[in-house]
Amino acid sequence: MNMLRRHWPWVLALVLLLLLPFLFYDWGKGRHSGFVLTLLSEIGVMAIFALSYNMLMGQAGLLSFGHAVLLGMGAYCAAHVVLLVKAGTFWLPTELVPLAGGLGGLFFGFVFGWLVTKQRATAFAMITMGLGELVSAAALMFMGFFGGEGGIPIDRVMDTSLIGVRYTSPWQVYCLVLFWAFVATILMRLQTQTPLGSIANATRDNFERAQFVGYDPRMVRLYQFALSGFFAGIGGGLYVLIYEIVTFDTVSAAKSANALLAVYIGGAGGFFGPILGTIVVVLLQSGVSLLSNAWLLYVGVLFIVMVMYAPGGLIGLIHMHLPIWRAGRMRELVVPYARAFPPALMVLLGFVFLVELASFTTIGAAQGKQFSIAGRLIDTTAPAPWVIAISALILGALWLRYESRGFRQRWDELIEGTKRAQATPGGEPQEAVA
Amino acid sequence: MSVSAVELRDVQKSFGRTEIIRGVNLSIPHGERHAIIGPNGAGKTTLFNLISGRFPITSGSITVNGQSTADLAPQEINRLGLSRSFQITSIFPRMTVFENIRCGLLWSQGYRYSFWHLLGQQKELNRAADQLLERLKLADRRNLQAGLLSYAEQRALEIGITIAGGAEIILLDEPTAGMSHSETESAVAMIRSVSEGKTLIMVEHDMSVVFGLADRITVLVYGEVIASDAPPAIRANAAVQEAYLGAVAA
Repeated sequence: MNMLRRHWPWVLALVLLLLLPFLFYDWGKGRHSGFVLTLLSEIGVMAIFALSYNMLMGQAGLLSFGHAVLLGMGAYCAAHVVLLVKAGTFWLPTELVPLAGGLGGLFFGFVFGWLVTKQRATAFAMITMGLGELVSAAALMFMGFFGGEGGIPIDRVMDTSLIGVRYTSPWQVYCLVLFWAFVATILMRLQTQTPLGSIANATRDNFERAQFVGYDPRMVRLYQFALSGFFAGIGGGLYVLIYEIVTFDTVSAAKSANALLAVYIGGAGGFFGPILGTIVVVLLQSGVSLLSNAWLLYVGVLFIVMVMYAPGGLIGLIHMHLPIWRAGRMRELVVPYARAFPPALMVLLGFVFLVELASFTTIGAAQGKQFSIAGRLIDTTAPAPWVIAISALILGALWLRYESRGFRQRWDELIEGTKRAQATPGGEPQEAVA
Repeated sequence: MSVSAVELRDVQKSFGRTEIIRGVNLSIPHGERHAIIGPNGAGKTTLFNLISGRFPITSGSITVNGQSTADLAPQEINRLGLSRSFQITSIFPRMTVFENIRCGLLWSQGYRYSFWHLLGQQKELNRAADQLLERLKLADRRNLQAGLLSYAEQRALEIGITIAGGAEIILLDEPTAGMSHSETESAVAMIRSVSEGKTLIMVEHDMSVVFGLADRITVLVYGEVIASDAPPAIRANAAVQEAYLGAVAA
């Protein structure tokens, strides 16, 4: 009972995530939406992947450009394990395939980690980038292990389930993804509270000082890297079960970039930031890509905007509001936000309109598609839509700039107010006077 | 005779063609409070960097507790029981004050690179960290980010991280630099209490601190030891007066 009281948010999240697919349940046909389940499973896998990336980025201050190598190697290992089980070489329950991926990730985390963790900072980033290219190239060269361009297809119906599930439906796979996502997230959360997790923070803050309290920063990096490989590998194992194929895409630079995008957009500072970032990135990737050819551009622009204006990511933005929320003064932000909303919307619409105009004149035209809004055809060669888009963008930006001054002022007043309120009653200010 | 805590023999250090340390011989016995003084650029901090393994020596030898530190990495020298602080505050700024101290304790308490202990459950460890915070008078700052502490508090934390591991030999590099008079006084009292029964080597500019704390003083001028003696003898030493104290008085 006590456990439940302390950890209720986890239980609540699990229940909500189990119920979520039923919002899209087709009651007429009596089946789940395959698209939604695959999308949610993808979010689950990528969330594990992004969190494992943050073990390096956020916890140890290591910027890696080749993290997908660990996901991909885990996935390849898991795929081979599935093949061996199917061939009857040995027996392994389907539920434990992600663990096989995790052990593969751990092994390669150690092997590759031995190489890359000799350096830190920029040199580390460069070596990981080289490693990513190396493994991508190897994936096309060593047919036996990687299966070349075709990758390694598998059949996840192994009939070795511990609980008698055949994993023929996406719903069953989703439940397995959810289980492992929770296990991995909880373990990664706990890892931040271990001596290694704490010292990883220390080497991030000041690696030299960590040496003078007895730690070898290189070993800290290595163990952290290997463990992060373990969790990325679990993600890889789940990837195999969802898509029933591994290709060299899983080790590619684009996959690595995904983790980096998710962590930056969500925020490396808080543990749950990468999960938020993953949700945004996967939704843009899978949702917006159905609507627009330019989805990648939106991801890129979002990334730039976040890095420029909210380096703490989404979780950082939430944290910024906490003092005001605690002081019970969120209501005072309603008006400033409401005032900033129309110009922000105008900028957004102007920008999207402009991008879509451009994409329809180039890619769209080549694909023979036509641009229409609410059933009305838009002539992308006429000047009018372009003028409207550009003026919406510029006027919106000017208006937003004007409104943001007022917003900033109001914000600063509120923050000051909460600080004062905190300082007076207890007589013990929480923050030192700088 | 028992081995010295720290022993330097003909230690030389050059950066390129510039000789910074030119043949230093120094033997510091266990339990001594030893101060190293000298004008700016004499090589005091460099000497610390050599002893603690931050830089390799060019020639000569250094032993800590009788063991040569040649080819040892800083963390390995630390594990021999030697711990140092820095002249420019060197803490873990994004971690809390409590976590900073706990990081100083982890290795000596045998946790190594463990990822199977949960720190929250290590009662002994946390109690030790809290006790040290009390001694440092930082208990009410426990959960604050270390980077937000005031300068004097950061200096106290710096010393705290240095002594947390229970090292037998403590090197403090200008522990009271930049402190006000009253802050210096309380810092000296703290240093005196934490170095009780230990070997203390400190670089310090404040002469009241040096003469108040040290059992023995070594004067370093242009990379050479010109005198190493008890405080009254140093005060009376003509060469020292000329090279260092005299210059200050003038």
